[in-house]
Amino acid sequence: MKYILMMSATKADFDSYAKWPKKDLQAHTAFMHAFNKELKESGAFVTAEGLAFPDQARMVRAGSDGSPITDGVFPESKEFLAGFWIVDVEGPEEAYRLAARASLAPGSEERGYQPIEVRQVMSGPPEDLQ
Amino acid sequence: MTGRALDVPIEHLLRKLTPQVLGTVLRRFRDFAAAEDAVQEASFAAAMQWPCDGPPDNPRAWLTQVAFRRMADHIRSESARRRREGEVALESARAEWTDVDAVPQEDDTLLLLFMCCHPALTPASAIALTLRAVGGLTTGEIARSFLVPEATMAQRISRAKQSIKSSGIPFQPPTAEERGQRLRAVLHVLYLIFSEGYTTSDGPDLRRADLSLEAMRLTRIVHSLQPGDTEVAGLLALMLLTDARRLARTGAEGELIPLAQQDRSLWDSQQIAEGVALISETLPKGSVGPYQLQAAIAAVHDEAARADDTDWKQILALYDLLGRMTDNPMVALNHAIAAAMVRGATKGLELLKALEADPRISGHHRLDAVRAHLLELAGDREGALRCYRSAAGKTGSLPERDYLLTQAARLSSAPVPGNED
Repeated sequence: MKYILMMSATKADFDSYAKWPKKDLQAHTAFMHAFNKELKESGAFVTAEGLAFPDQARMVRAGSDGSPITDGVFPESKEFLAGFWIVDVEGPEEAYRLAARASLAPGSEERGYQPIEVRQVMSGPPEDLQ
Repeated sequence: MTGRALDVPIEHLLRKLTPQVLGTVLRRFRDFAAAEDAVQEASFAAAMQWPCDGPPDNPRAWLTQVAFRRMADHIRSESARRRREGEVALESARAEWTDVDAVPQEDDTLLLLFMCCHPALTPASAIALTLRAVGGLTTGEIARSFLVPEATMAQRISRAKQSIKSSGIPFQPPTAEERGQRLRAVLHVLYLIFSEGYTTSDGPDLRRADLSLEAMRLTRIVHSLQPGDTEVAGLLALMLLTDARRLARTGAEGELIPLAQQDRSLWDSQQIAEGVALISETLPKGSVGPYQLQAAIAAVHDEAARADDTDWKQILALYDLLGRMTDNPMVALNHAIAAAMVRGATKGLELLKALEADPRISGHHRLDAVRAHLLELAGDREGALRCYRSAAGKTGSLPERDYLLTQAARLSSAPVPGNED
């Protein structure tokens, strides 16, 4: 079963991340490398991506003629996806275990462990529908 | 499995020979991981050369020789201590290179299956290893079938080989006491491969569907090696009878079509005839097991020309038997459906109540989906609507969620009986 593990943060969190000291940044990067390596070696890895800072984020809607109307002004409290992993594991317990590992990513002291949202990635039809 | 353009008869020949050649190499060298790599390389070399030059007169001897050479290279690159041991194996192997035809080959396929489906391995490992070592598929083909990166599948296969090595699982028949249980483990892995393929919906993308065909091919081989085992025959019949409905199971947009609404003219009548004949000749042999009963149930469904003609009494009797053999809650759920069809929806709903206390299924979407269906039959529209929506919220299958939400939408838009103004 495939699960997506999503790490999110507020716009304010991203702003403070940009000001982290070098050793904290290095610890964070080293953790992510080690975690990805662990996923690959265990045979659970499907994909992982980190996303650009929300400064670049735009909300896009279609205008009356279908052309894009963009908006890039967001409150500090808005949550943004920071990155995600997709893993292929036996069941939800294993996905939760991996999410807990990802949650240990070194963050700022006031935030503590990062919350990771775990969702099942939908697949084809079930085995049977008799 | 359709990833590379290859001469189809040559591909079939190679996949048939893979486990036999691997068995021969394993008898000489004992190192499963290295032997398996050597046979894959030999198979790859054949796939490159044979389409141009034509297959050799004795394809198996050709593959065995190439694999032996790869093993020799592998051993030479090992440490000095390992090299000394290897040379001994090489010497004895050389003497028998010309003799490979004399070895009983077919049994090796079964020995390999026992090894790859050993209960010490996780299901995911056993599936990957079986498809590669016995099915003769490449790592890339297996990875595409499971929609994971090739590197991830390579890692799973390599870990599975490591588990075989560290658990000391030998390439030899299980003991008489173990045999039954080990054969059940093999059948379970084949069943999982079949189900994996059967869950596909993507019309033109038949890659995953090929897993079902591969599972049937391997089960056929096991059946030909163990014709007297009634559960092997039962599993093959179950696969034939279930797979026969493949085309009718999904609509043009990939939407699920439940059994009762399927266009039965799309069912594969030849495959149904084969499955029915197989299960009919197997059941009277005695020693009836769960696969045979599931095949018998599938046969009753397949033999009904219309959904209304389904012999639910017989299906209920079969589920009664099956329920006594296994405590699988999915069986209990299907039993409740059959009971509802024979004795009325209220009876079915009563049986579902008992399942609510079972933690293995109490939060499962199938329980809600079946309850929704039975509540609708019982005329409780509000209850059915609630359960369809609750099931839709829990399922991990997109086509099934679409199906359940469509059922809910149908109920909520239908006029309420007695309220039509």
